[in-house]
Amino acid sequence: MSAAVSPAGEASVAAGIDNPAARVLMQRHRFRWWEALPWIAAIVSYFAFPDYLGFGTDLLVTILFALSLDLALGYAGIITLGHAAFFGAGAYTVGMLASYNIWTEPITSLLLAALAAAAIGVLSGLVLLRTKGLTLLMLTLCTMALLEQAANMAHAYTGGFDGLPSLPIAPVFGVFEFNPLYADTQYLFALGVLLVCFLFVRTLVYSPFGQSLTGIRENVLRMHAIGSPVRRRLIVCYAISAALAGIAGGLWAQTNAYVNLSTLGLDRAATVLIVLILGGYGRLYGAFIGAVVYLALEHFLAQIYPTAWQLGLGLLLVLIALFARNGILGLGETLWRRYRAKRTAP
Amino acid sequence: MNFAADFAGILLGGLAAGTVLFIVSVGLSVTMGLMGFVNLAHGAFAMFGGYIVVLAMNRAHFGFAVALALGFIATAALSVVLERFLYRRLYRAGELDQVLFTIGLIFIFIASMTIVVGPESQTLQLPPALGGQLNLGFIQYRTYSIFLIVVGFAIALGIWLTFERTRIGGQIRATVDNRRMAESLGINVDRLFTITFAFGSGMAAIGGGLGAEFLGLDPQYPLKYLVYFLIVVSVGGLGSVIGVYYAALILGVLDFVLTLYLPKGGTIFIYVLTILILLARPQGLFGRKEL
Repeated sequence: MSAAVSPAGEASVAAGIDNPAARVLMQRHRFRWWEALPWIAAIVSYFAFPDYLGFGTDLLVTILFALSLDLALGYAGIITLGHAAFFGAGAYTVGMLASYNIWTEPITSLLLAALAAAAIGVLSGLVLLRTKGLTLLMLTLCTMALLEQAANMAHAYTGGFDGLPSLPIAPVFGVFEFNPLYADTQYLFALGVLLVCFLFVRTLVYSPFGQSLTGIRENVLRMHAIGSPVRRRLIVCYAISAALAGIAGGLWAQTNAYVNLSTLGLDRAATVLIVLILGGYGRLYGAFIGAVVYLALEHFLAQIYPTAWQLGLGLLLVLIALFARNGILGLGETLWRRYRAKRTAP
Repeated sequence: MNFAADFAGILLGGLAAGTVLFIVSVGLSVTMGLMGFVNLAHGAFAMFGGYIVVLAMNRAHFGFAVALALGFIATAALSVVLERFLYRRLYRAGELDQVLFTIGLIFIFIASMTIVVGPESQTLQLPPALGGQLNLGFIQYRTYSIFLIVVGFAIALGIWLTFERTRIGGQIRATVDNRRMAESLGINVDRLFTITFAFGSGMAAIGGGLGAEFLGLDPQYPLKYLVYFLIVVSVGGLGSVIGVYYAALILGVLDFVLTLYLPKGGTIFIYVLTILILLARPQGLFGRKEL
């Protein structure tokens, strides 16, 4: 056994491998101390800001939605303008099941929302992911618009433009009720869902599957050349991303107790794109930073100065596109590297 | 009214709307074909021009033609400034950065218009000569719609002739087909792009002004019609004037018919059709180049 001499530790021994590449991957996968910070902050906020739990719930849902987009866009490089299609699919699955009293149990509802969104993801992915660039952008946009109009058309079932109000949602675990006035349950439920989904995504992107996605993003020709099943990988990734977006949408419907066409619109798709890129895509925690910054600015600025908020947002986007393409996290990483370089320099 | 007259009326209304779509989108098609730049903010230029036209007429009491010319010049000038200082930096960037940048521009335009002019919708008062009805023999129809269709046809013909018969048109076609080769043959692609960008934005301004009467004009304009401009360009084919003309007319008529007979969600067929066309021909109906 090489265990005694291996510096990579027990993990690599268990897997029976010891080479530098495997060691790097293992190291990247390891939890760092600061990764606990967002969750500590979320729990502290629960006790510190009881009046803002509704806002906090929105924030958690947005993080989950942005995280789902990060998987497709940040890791696999699928540039989509229509990710709200899956958010809306999840929201309407939960909404229609609840509104017609077919199924109101929250956790299984979310699983059904994930399934519905994933089904749409596979179906659309099978045809859309043949294309790239502007065609792909247009096709994702049109798919979303198509779903939006379909929901509008089937107003007998979906409530059309007005949506479905006052959804009955069963208590979580049969005990904790969703109270529209006090968002305690909503907040903690959303936090739990986000934690589970995040751990899943984190494991996924550091797995060999996740590595191959990054490879496809960076150099698709080379991935073809080494025999990677590129299209199948992309479709699977798109479906998983869709499922997560569906969960986010379902969660949105549950915590707001209604669903309407806004869940499927270009506005929502553009917003989640902005949130992710603002935070920094392809980085897991970009979704967290972006959502916090965007929603905090929106919540406190947009209510008072809606026009100034839009102007500021526009300027921010232009500046990011021109100067800070990796978002806030990327900017932070650059500054940190410079600081480190200065300290280690003689 | 009998069926034939009904049909003709719908066709004319749709063609008029399609003509406006063509005038707005044609510049986008050419500039996207030249540089591959995903410019979602093209509709913002149409809105800017439309505002210039409406304000010049309502506040400064210029004539319709003078106001349109003013809109063209002001918007073309603004677009040159933006192209020189901002767009230029992102030619080699990825689509994602271009999308983000142009969405940002849209927001800036929307907010600026809201601040400077106000959030309410602007109304355009047509000159009396264009206001009435015109007797076409078999049908009475709005003079303005007929005027739009005729003007649009003349513009399409003019741009097509420029493309096919002039030196600069040849340069544009060569660059769309193969930019590197065109550059190595000594075509100044940068200058070419600035010229077409300015001209395309100016045309968008004219489209914004001409369409203000029935498309409406408010600060949300660039977002409201964004998808339609993109559909016209991608279905018609990048860098193809004829393609954009046909695609715009088809989309105009389809949209007119569907909103008339299926006001709730009828436009779904437009999206289905677009998806099918793009899957079958990713380069668009008349395009020679993959998007």
